[in-house]
Amino acid sequence: MENTVIKFAMGTCGIASGTQDILHYFDKELARLHYPAQLVKTGCMGHCYAEPTISISLPNQEPVMFGNVNEQRAREIIDNFLIRGDKVEGIISPEADFSRKQQHIALRNCGNIDPENIHNYIENEGYKALIKCLTSMKPEKIISEIKISGLRGRGGGGFPTGIKWESTRKSKSNQKYVVCNADEGDPGAFMDRSVLEGDPHIVIEAMVICGYSIGANNGLVYIRAEYPLAISRLKTALLQAREQGFLGKNILQSGFDFDIEIRYGAGAFVCGEETALIHSMEGNRGEPTFKPPYPSTQGYMGKPTCVNNVETFANVPAIIRNGAAWFAGIGTEKSKGTKVFALAGKIKRTGLIEVPMGTTLREIIFEIGGGIKGGKKFKAVQTGGPSGGCLSEKYLDTPIDYDNLLVAGSMMGSGGMIVLDEDDCMVSMAKFYLEFSIDESCGKCAPCRIGNKRLHEMLEKITEGKAEMNDVQKIRDLSKVIKDTSLCGLGQTSPNPVLSTLNQFDDEYVAHIKDGQCIARQCKNLIHYVIIPENCTGCTVCFRNCPVEAIYGDKGQVHNILDNQCIKCGICLSKCKFNAIVIN
Amino acid sequence: MKVNIKIDNKQHSVPKGLTVLEAAQLAGIDIPTLCYMKLHDINIENKPGACRICVVEVAGRKNLVPSCCSEVEEGMDIKTHSIRVINARRTVMELILSNHPAECLTCSKSGDCDLQSMADRLGIREIHYQGEKTVNRKGNSPAISRDPNKCILCRRCEMMCNEVQTVGCLSAVKRGFHSVVTPAFDRDLIDSVCTFCGQCVAVCPTGALTERDETAKVVRALSDPTKTVIVQTAPAVRAALGEEFGNTPGTLMTGKMVAALRRLGFHYVFDTDFAADLTIMEEGTELLRRLKAHLAGDETVKLPILTSCCPSWINFFEYQFPDLLDIPSTARSPQQMFGVIAKTYFADLLKIERHNLIVVSIMPCVAKKYERGRPEFQQNGNPDVDIVLTTRELAQLIKLCNIDVNSLEDEEFDQPMGESTGAGVLFGTTGGVIEAAVRTAYELHTGKTLEKVEFEELRGMENLREATIDFDGLPIKIGIAHGLGNARKLLQDIRSGKSHYHAIEIMSCPGGCIGGGGQPYHRGNVEILKKRQLALYSEDKSKAIRKSHENPFIISLYKNFLGAPNSNLAHLLLHTHYFDKKD
Repeated sequence: MENTVIKFAMGTCGIASGTQDILHYFDKELARLHYPAQLVKTGCMGHCYAEPTISISLPNQEPVMFGNVNEQRAREIIDNFLIRGDKVEGIISPEADFSRKQQHIALRNCGNIDPENIHNYIENEGYKALIKCLTSMKPEKIISEIKISGLRGRGGGGFPTGIKWESTRKSKSNQKYVVCNADEGDPGAFMDRSVLEGDPHIVIEAMVICGYSIGANNGLVYIRAEYPLAISRLKTALLQAREQGFLGKNILQSGFDFDIEIRYGAGAFVCGEETALIHSMEGNRGEPTFKPPYPSTQGYMGKPTCVNNVETFANVPAIIRNGAAWFAGIGTEKSKGTKVFALAGKIKRTGLIEVPMGTTLREIIFEIGGGIKGGKKFKAVQTGGPSGGCLSEKYLDTPIDYDNLLVAGSMMGSGGMIVLDEDDCMVSMAKFYLEFSIDESCGKCAPCRIGNKRLHEMLEKITEGKAEMNDVQKIRDLSKVIKDTSLCGLGQTSPNPVLSTLNQFDDEYVAHIKDGQCIARQCKNLIHYVIIPENCTGCTVCFRNCPVEAIYGDKGQVHNILDNQCIKCGICLSKCKFNAIVIN
Repeated sequence: MKVNIKIDNKQHSVPKGLTVLEAAQLAGIDIPTLCYMKLHDINIENKPGACRICVVEVAGRKNLVPSCCSEVEEGMDIKTHSIRVINARRTVMELILSNHPAECLTCSKSGDCDLQSMADRLGIREIHYQGEKTVNRKGNSPAISRDPNKCILCRRCEMMCNEVQTVGCLSAVKRGFHSVVTPAFDRDLIDSVCTFCGQCVAVCPTGALTERDETAKVVRALSDPTKTVIVQTAPAVRAALGEEFGNTPGTLMTGKMVAALRRLGFHYVFDTDFAADLTIMEEGTELLRRLKAHLAGDETVKLPILTSCCPSWINFFEYQFPDLLDIPSTARSPQQMFGVIAKTYFADLLKIERHNLIVVSIMPCVAKKYERGRPEFQQNGNPDVDIVLTTRELAQLIKLCNIDVNSLEDEEFDQPMGESTGAGVLFGTTGGVIEAAVRTAYELHTGKTLEKVEFEELRGMENLREATIDFDGLPIKIGIAHGLGNARKLLQDIRSGKSHYHAIEIMSCPGGCIGGGGQPYHRGNVEILKKRQLALYSEDKSKAIRKSHENPFIISLYKNFLGAPNSNLAHLLLHTHYFDKKD
């Protein structure tokens, strides 16, 4: 009889939510009970909203997934589910809304296999694509398959992957490089980290295929040093791949040599831009240079270099195994396959999801994500991170693909998706993303270095209630020039969060400027805490809790707030038991 | 190969490989540039595409394109001055100005500033986007003043420091709005590996990098009745000073410069060329001594011998090649030879105390400001050279005193330290020191008269040059490098035992001293350097005496004071030693 297999979602986030302790608990308890079970550490299963998450496969049965597993629930699972075979609370059905509309290609092994065990990968069709390539496909044929599949770069730009491979193949050189861009840096994005933590071999396999196709013998993974778990799992995977003959000299007796090195980034967002990434790997300051020349002709160390993002690579083995037509059958006309999103913000179910291109925002937010938390109203969804924009309700039924998002004033980006509700101020939102771009600009070109700073200062004026209506026009004018003149993608897209909110939520801008009002009550300079005399009992709780002595009043008497002293921290509001404090 | 392109609605056929900027220049269209700089023929180019002033519109491209770093492509349709382009240029310029201190009234670069003239050219009258400005620590040093707040991040200095000079002192640090070009850990230059070559100053478009201004010190000295103030002028100064007064590059200003210096009130106007002749006597003798010993099989004597006139070059090998300290000649530079002779021999002649004699140098160089402060060139705290002005500072002083230098009659240097040979004047250009040395060493070695004194094979502007000179049957192999990056290549060969030269001349600056960091700004025009070089060649040619050892005042200096070249007294006064500065 087979053993029961229990999988523990142990990506960085799973570990942070306590899965390690749960694993220890199961280990100890099952040993005590002499219950025969195999405990497996996997990568992220995607259910951020229900961490710690585990999955149990009883012999000859479909796996059952449990969310929010704490020690008490673990006890119940052991006693009731494992031993007695009863149902217990916390089961996540594969038919539930969260999973029903998803289709996993890049994430197919994430949360299913032990990322530190190459045999687990091989059992799940791993390295089959590589074997197929090396034994029965010419490089041109592989490239043509990738082209026909319609795969486009998942890092943000959406450049056709096959064309990139083809032009690197055509560049003549005695030395070429394959680079995996694992410098994921958008706020709220963790797709690439999850793939590397959960299924590192899929990236290795794809990089070898890419190397074989373009005629490169060296691969480099550029990964930020603040991804220690991904790095350690990738290192283990590289060792195992070498041991098994999938990397190194004469791979699978094909005569083809390929090996991969890891290069660490210091966590600069701009180093996701391929020329900046290359300069950083060369030991220079991580700054972009003007293209052309493209890396495909002049990249790392001046040699032709093919740079692809983690998720892009993660699609390659499946395309080779199942054929380009299969992949091209998924998605929309110009955007094929699936896209991984890191779904976050004010929704009920946050998580790492993978959906076919063409899925609508409504399906993602209201079905997969379960709608807005706390019964609040949906306001917007931010896609594409600091390069993207906010999309309002009217775009909820837009099928998501590269081109539709661009038309809507946002962009696919690498896959961060943050849902906003009525409590979010759109001017502040724009300011937040712009602040990120300012911090992460390399400072090389003037419009990005200084222009974004000036834009931010004007937004600050608006949130402080000091702006005039003609500032809006100045913001638009400046945004246009920054987009038109900046050196790289960072500057060329950094005004997008501002422009998209201006275009879709101009009423909020006007309210800030003309009426001095922040509808979402987020902008501290525009809100005032006031005591309603009828409700105030003079209990002194607010008075005693105010950190800046901005409240006065004798016991039993109605209290007052000194607006000019108040720092809008909100403590009084949260402490008042009589609903006597409101925000105006 | 040619490509057909359209610029501003006109069809042009231009060579493939040109940038849009170069193609437009060919077509007679002047696209404004700010960070871009190119010195043709000597392989120096800065085109980071950073300032975005040179952007143009290319049909079919989504964004504007930086013309300095985009190559022309067949069928390109380029608009260099469309409304979209002009609007973008002006907005970007306003942004750059919005983070600039706008201290033009007191900035030493005012009137000579690329940023200022670009603001004028683009007609900026108002800065619509005002806000916070970056504040960085200013850095001072004996030679170079740094004000990073005036920096526009054109990165020319960084390119010069790292790519051309391979010194590796200046680089951009921090990110985004806070980016700043600075030595590592924001140290002062004097605590860094900076050699003070001043090439950063030579290319800085704003007042972010300037020479340390010492004109006030000169004015103070000249107005002190207890002091005798004498001045020496380096050879390269006379070939460039005219540019500051509207003369075409290459105009020789020797006589007018002497006259102007007298009008300024210097008590004696002398010539560093005199000290250059003295340097040849010392260095040439040392070369022959080492050569003879080496040929006799003495393995303790090393060759090649390297020239030692350039203080930035001295710094470079002290920092970067401390294992080769015994290779360069021990001869002091002409500036310091002049200073020490002035403060000993000449002070005695005048019967004054050395501290009452103020020695001022006019140099094409900022490193000379640093060199004069080196402890080995002082006696009891009194320096051999008191003040060093650059060519630019001299011009400023002349303008300040309202001296119409162009209308002055030519005047002669004073004696005894104003007499020089054609060999001495060659010190101002790359290849010149070694040519001067060859003229003397040949005659001293062979005992024969050198009939043809001009060595064409040693002249020119190529970055690395070599020649073999026949010393009456003995082939002497000579190497020449200008620019420290080129010098590094020769030094690496020496280190690895691959060098086959007997003597090497090194000057830090492109073109030698004529391209020094204290010269009028060349603004990327290499023709200016070439014309200055020709001016020095013509001054050499015009001299009656063209070999250093024939200078009558040098002969009498040895006879009356020093004894012989490389004598004990000469060693004490005219030679020096070097330090390991690696740590």
